[in-house]
Amino acid sequence: MTPVQETVVLKGHIIDSLILAKVLDTIVMMGGTFDLKEVQIGTTREEPSRAKIVVRATSSGLLAEILQAIQPHGASVERESDCMLEPAPADGLFPETFYATTHLPTQIRLQGRWIEVEPIEMDVGIRVDRGLTSARTVPMGEVKKGDLIVTGREGIRVVPLERPKERDVFSFMEAQVSAERPHGHIIADVARRMQTLRDGQKSGSKDGKVLLAAGPAIIHAGGRDALTWLIDSGFIHVLFCGNALAAHDMEAHLYGTSLGYRLSAGRAVPHGHEHHLRTINRIRAIGSIEKAVKSGVITDGIMAACVRRGVQVVMAGTIRDDGPLPGVLTDSVKAQAAMRAALPGVSLALLVASTLHAVATGNLLPATVPTVCVDVNPAVPTKLADRGSFQAVGLVMDAASFLRELARELGWKP
Amino acid sequence: MEAMSRLLVCAPDYFRIDYEINPWMRLSNSVVLDRARTQWYELTRVLAMKIGASLERMQPVPGLPDLVFTANAGVVVGQRAVPSRFRHPERRREEPYFEAWFLDQGYEVIKLDKDLSFEGAGDLLGFPDAWFGGYRQRSDIRAYPRLGEIFGRQIIPVELVDSRFYHLDTCFCPLSGGELLYYPPAFDPYAQAVISDRIGQDRRLVVPESEALRFACNAVCVAKQVVLPAGCPETTKLLEARGYETHPIPLDEYMKSGGSAKCLTLALD
Repeated sequence: MTPVQETVVLKGHIIDSLILAKVLDTIVMMGGTFDLKEVQIGTTREEPSRAKIVVRATSSGLLAEILQAIQPHGASVERESDCMLEPAPADGLFPETFYATTHLPTQIRLQGRWIEVEPIEMDVGIRVDRGLTSARTVPMGEVKKGDLIVTGREGIRVVPLERPKERDVFSFMEAQVSAERPHGHIIADVARRMQTLRDGQKSGSKDGKVLLAAGPAIIHAGGRDALTWLIDSGFIHVLFCGNALAAHDMEAHLYGTSLGYRLSAGRAVPHGHEHHLRTINRIRAIGSIEKAVKSGVITDGIMAACVRRGVQVVMAGTIRDDGPLPGVLTDSVKAQAAMRAALPGVSLALLVASTLHAVATGNLLPATVPTVCVDVNPAVPTKLADRGSFQAVGLVMDAASFLRELARELGWKP
Repeated sequence: MEAMSRLLVCAPDYFRIDYEINPWMRLSNSVVLDRARTQWYELTRVLAMKIGASLERMQPVPGLPDLVFTANAGVVVGQRAVPSRFRHPERRREEPYFEAWFLDQGYEVIKLDKDLSFEGAGDLLGFPDAWFGGYRQRSDIRAYPRLGEIFGRQIIPVELVDSRFYHLDTCFCPLSGGELLYYPPAFDPYAQAVISDRIGQDRRLVVPESEALRFACNAVCVAKQVVLPAGCPETTKLLEARGYETHPIPLDEYMKSGGSAKCLTLALD
């Protein structure tokens, strides 16, 4: 839940007189928290000091009580103004001074009221409805001429994340990413979260979906069985991937190879490099992956499990794709929009063995969603951890090992 | 010889209890005007004759019973005066008269924002190096940064927590030798800590409760002379032990209104 907050300013001889201490003590004693934003100490005895304090509370009622209690000590609410709005000058174009969002919960002030911006997404703009009652994030490409867009910096506040209440790997700032760290406890914590989320899903919760953004290394490295089991067991609800993951998964079913390598023996087979092309061609002939699964052509593996379990799959193409498979979105803007549309309800994100899909997903996710990034290349988890979220965990390890260990934690018996 | 002290006073011609804006005031407890007059003349006589203060007199105004408490006219330093902005509408009617007097005397009058209440020398008292500003009962703490700017002084706000001691000058009296006569329970713990921190233990003279309630701290100190309400023997002893000459004066008619010696005067210059 987003705490409510208000910024107050305290001025005068607030240090020597213990007025600042009194105000801060009062906030804490009443059950609020504070952030000391700016403190300017007077440089001479005569010069007054000034402090800007952000007061937070769990409810607006408590916040009002705290503000009322500190007001007589001179803590006055900073004069606030509404946010500024400008119409978009053309389709696909923000006004020059548009406000660019962060991945943190954001509120804007409209006609004296603070309104939550939804959904949270970084690097986009904020569009306000005509009635000035709601605000939504909007990517540059989706703006229509005349849309009211938030500009400047006034009347906008960004709420920093609170540490999550659960005592697990996500509650600590795990910013460093290192191959040398033991992974066992992290994977166990992730598994525990997934178990809880699945239990919630079973009892009808709309939220609590687990998103997996995955790359084809999962198939090459031998993580296919574990992932198939995770999907079949109801632990994964949304899959973001590219052409390759789906192609190699179905190649493995049809030919027993991944990019031409015999998965069981680990060596190249004659004409093996053609297998994925023949697979793609076969599915194109059938018309869709779903039909291929339902008609019994593809009966096991990741894609089959997704179709069986009704997992929402977004396949985004790239310029080196063969085929591509039916269902792959080759227009990146459309792919991004499809990914965005699949995010509501996601409560945990696993970004495994895919630089492009991991970064793209990371950009779309609010900082409030716990995220695990797994890659053998430390650059990917590092990039994710740099987002500065409490709830991002990076693991430098092989994708297959991660998935197998995760599945075993959840009861998989290979 | 020290420069002569100038004090503003206003005769109690129209002094009475017309309203109740502090716990001392009771409409039923009416003022005996003759006694009030006698007490006031005795006070001014002692101030002028024994202490050698030079008295400036303001014209009393019918219908403004509290104009007699000139400490609340404002604050004066040198040629600058900041008139009060009263918290209660009953006393706001005095503002134009105090302001007119300052202007008439040639003071540069600087006014505070209308939304900041500040009750003059009743709430702002000090030593040469630092001033203390009482808040919470009558004056708004936000007035002090502005007053500090106007007078170029450090003003330390102190919270008053007992409504019987509704002005700083009812519980806090800086003395000319650097000592402080005061009643600590009138302040919140933070203000008590700040006062203890600022003023060494040997300079703090703590008034007992019974005498604090007779407004022992509402005293006028000029050089080594202290004028205070009668009936405060402990306080008198404390002062005399520090070499002050004391002048107790019966002022109980003014206690009916919640005021005493200090409230009846305003230090000028």
